[in-house]
Amino acid sequence: MRKMINEMPGNVLFTTVDQFLNWGRFSSLWYLLFALACCGIELMQAGGPRTDLDRFGAMFRATPRQSDLMIVAGTLTYKMASRLKLLYHQMPEPKYVISMGSCANCGGLFQLGYSVVEGVDLIIPVDVYVPGCPPRPEALAEGIIKLQELIKKEKYLVKDN
Amino acid sequence: MEPAAIHEELKSRFGDAVMEFREGNGDPFIVVNGSHLLEIAAYLKEAQGLHFDSLMCLSSVDYGENYAVVYHLYSMQHKRRVVLKVYVEKADPRITSVQSVWKAANWHEREAYDLMGIRFEGHPDLSRILLPEDWPGHPLRKDYVFPEEYDGIPCHRE
Repeated sequence: MRKMINEMPGNVLFTTVDQFLNWGRFSSLWYLLFALACCGIELMQAGGPRTDLDRFGAMFRATPRQSDLMIVAGTLTYKMASRLKLLYHQMPEPKYVISMGSCANCGGLFQLGYSVVEGVDLIIPVDVYVPGCPPRPEALAEGIIKLQELIKKEKYLVKDN
Repeated sequence: MEPAAIHEELKSRFGDAVMEFREGNGDPFIVVNGSHLLEIAAYLKEAQGLHFDSLMCLSSVDYGENYAVVYHLYSMQHKRRVVLKVYVEKADPRITSVQSVWKAANWHEREAYDLMGIRFEGHPDLSRILLPEDWPGHPLRKDYVFPEEYDGIPCHRE
């Protein structure tokens, strides 16, 4: 073993498999564009040069098949709910959801309306809630960092009791 | 021609089909009998000196004891506006479609049907325009009862 390591030309780092997998996952959180309302504009800002989500390895995808993360940004209506569910089920595992803004969290300003779902967590499981109406791009970046911390603690190969 | 004068002219031409003229806080309006709506609408559009060629807005109101459909008309040529109002009975809200007179009425009437449940007879495609096809009821009615759930999604949060 020592002989083998000494013969290797480059650097060798030791880690656990779980940590290695999680490193790959939290460093490449590709998010599905799901801009439903004004929060979508802040979501675009967060992807722009000032907040620059790219530095967390997060970049937008226009298809659920290539996405790891769904950022639900805006007011979800009952008419849109079936599409949200469909797109969520089209994403490959492991998948995460950030609920962005008051409307996605609980229906927000429109929760007494007849057409607005009172929170996307009634339909799909949500990992991180970002409050605000709409949240600033910094708040969304914080939400992504919080999600990365959750991913770092995940155990794939060991049963977590 | 002022709305009062238009009312006089309609009254002399259509008689009892044109009811009272009311002035309140908002725009003055002419109340019209729904059974003669199509002839009155066509006359307002075509007649010399009127030329109300634009239907700016078609809306519906729930007054509790009955519904009303309100037509905001504008004449591009004379730069004048007039408001027509038709009361519809609550038990069976039906009214003639004015889609054949003003094309703009098509989507407005679908919206009024979708949210208030007023049936426009003679409309080419009277289907819901905003809500899903299988939505229960018409949500802008005063006596609308919220559904407990829609498509498996609960409509109230505990």
